[in-house]
Amino acid sequence: MDLPCGTFAENYAQDIAIFRTKTQWVILLAFLAFLFACPLFFSDRILTILTIIGITIITVHGLNILTGYCGQISIGHAGFMAVGAYTSGILCAKLGWSFWAALPCAALAAGVAGLIFGLPSLKIKGFYLIMATIAAHFIIMWLIIQLYHITGGADGLAVPRPRIGDLVFKSKSSYFYLVMVIACLATFLARNIVRTRAGRAFIAIRDNDLAAEVMGVNLWAYKLLAFFIGCVYAGVAGSLLVHYIAFASVDQFPFMNSVWYLGMLIVGGMGSTAGAIFGAVSLKLLDELVTIVGPILSAAVAPQAAASLSLIMRGLVIILFLIFEPRGLVHRWEMIKAYFKLWPFSY
Amino acid sequence: MTFFLQLAITGFALGMIYALVAIGFVIILKCSEAFNIAQGHFVMIGGYLGYTFLVTFGLPIWASLLLAIVTAIIMGLLIERLTLRPLVGQPVLAVIMMTIALSTVLEGLATLIWGGEYKTYHGVLPTVTLRFGELSIPSETSIGMIVSVVAVVILMLLFRYTKIGLAMRATADDVQVVQSAGIKVTTVYAFSWVIACVVGIIGGILLGGVSGVMIPLAEVGIKAFAVVLLGGVNSIGGAIVAGIILGMLENIAAGYLDPLLPGGGLANVFPFIVMIIVLTIRPYGLFGQARIERI
Repeated sequence: MDLPCGTFAENYAQDIAIFRTKTQWVILLAFLAFLFACPLFFSDRILTILTIIGITIITVHGLNILTGYCGQISIGHAGFMAVGAYTSGILCAKLGWSFWAALPCAALAAGVAGLIFGLPSLKIKGFYLIMATIAAHFIIMWLIIQLYHITGGADGLAVPRPRIGDLVFKSKSSYFYLVMVIACLATFLARNIVRTRAGRAFIAIRDNDLAAEVMGVNLWAYKLLAFFIGCVYAGVAGSLLVHYIAFASVDQFPFMNSVWYLGMLIVGGMGSTAGAIFGAVSLKLLDELVTIVGPILSAAVAPQAAASLSLIMRGLVIILFLIFEPRGLVHRWEMIKAYFKLWPFSY
Repeated sequence: MTFFLQLAITGFALGMIYALVAIGFVIILKCSEAFNIAQGHFVMIGGYLGYTFLVTFGLPIWASLLLAIVTAIIMGLLIERLTLRPLVGQPVLAVIMMTIALSTVLEGLATLIWGGEYKTYHGVLPTVTLRFGELSIPSETSIGMIVSVVAVVILMLLFRYTKIGLAMRATADDVQVVQSAGIKVTTVYAFSWVIACVVGIIGGILLGGVSGVMIPLAEVGIKAFAVVLLGGVNSIGGAIVAGIILGMLENIAAGYLDPLLPGGGLANVFPFIVMIIVLTIRPYGLFGQARIERI
């Protein structure tokens, strides 16, 4: 993180702190205060959008650790979300567990699914791994449909809302608080995981896995660890999603979402916690824009225009970012900050 | 036994079409190291083009095929120039994401132009019924098989005896040497995309004749990936053999196991199971070269 000039660390604690200056702390606290005040002045519709964005951020953090930091590309993240979603859905709806016990189980189940489908990553990488994770997505979806005694199959599964005692998280604003607390926690953890020994090992593996192995990084352990962490995040997000909608079905986890999460990572900037947030927020807002513009376009041009607009727009955004801004929004943001750091003397 | 053989022989014919789609994929991969996720979408577009030319315009089969090939050439050139050329030298992930994005755009365009509806031109393609005793190959499948064989032979000859074929094989081997020998690599790349588009679209017209066209026809691309992985990613011969193996296995497995499973749909998930098994046991496929890496 680049700092304003004149900020010098005098001890190690200061040097490794994430927030180094008072201004950064003030901005952070102001942002959190604003975030948690949102339900006071936003309508339910906007709160819904923000809640979904929060859930998406959690998934994209997981994907960022797996793909952005460890370099193991996964296009099956929606499938891992579905594992978490159905685990907590089944535990709550069929066995009557409380949401708070089911959430860790969902995270764990998704993590274990990640471990299983991450096993080929020890032998393969790049395109081969992509194919393995695509296969993971479709196999998971097929299993969910096949095990219809437990999962409800194609009919879906009604899932209760979480509750603490008598307090049911039923209103939009209460669920907004729940998701945002978990999203903030997930962001905090994600930022710190990549600063640990494991995080440095991930980066070494991403940059050159053979060199990392020669240096003494245990590829087997750390690749699987990356899969586990990435999928735990997906499991938490999936669980939150179905408890929000109060219904679980395979249609909530289309293959397109797996691709779109990776698109968010590209648009935001890979290998950066802030990038995951930038990507999730900007592309989810773009989705919202499409849901507003789509019907107008459908009425004006042709009935199928809305569906095709969403597809074409998603594809074009990824194409344009890959060609013109491959390092993502976070790079642009750093440039802007660097510009203002020494302003008006920019040299 | 007759049931088994019937399944196997239908699977064989289907496998030839998979092989045709897979070859387009392998050609791009060999020449430009780009993994083309959008190959299945070329097939889908091909199916819709076949519908447009054969049914909407009512053209005869040869004119439709010719027009479709011309469209494919233009499409291949545009795709290569506009999306892939700027990414030369970028990491693998960027290229793969680009082809994924491309597939999304193609899907969107197909939805916009053809409404994403189920279109069929069953019976428009000429019919040839092959009979072996009690066994018969359904007519559209057999015409698909014949065209696939012809296309594969033409491609083999192209690679063996023409200058551009030689340049493509050389590029697959070593780009730098090719450049220093004065061959324009960008032309080779463009040509490989054109060939991939053409074989994809021919495959699409054939498959469209067999099963009708819909947006999910693009999923045949995913079957082609399984074929490619099984055969070894840089082997055209491997793609053909693996295409036949996978087509037969899939048909037999679906024929025997689908009645036993409540939800059915094993044929759709079968390629993925093959993929995972191949990737775990023998990542470079049956005929591929094992990768040797140096730091």
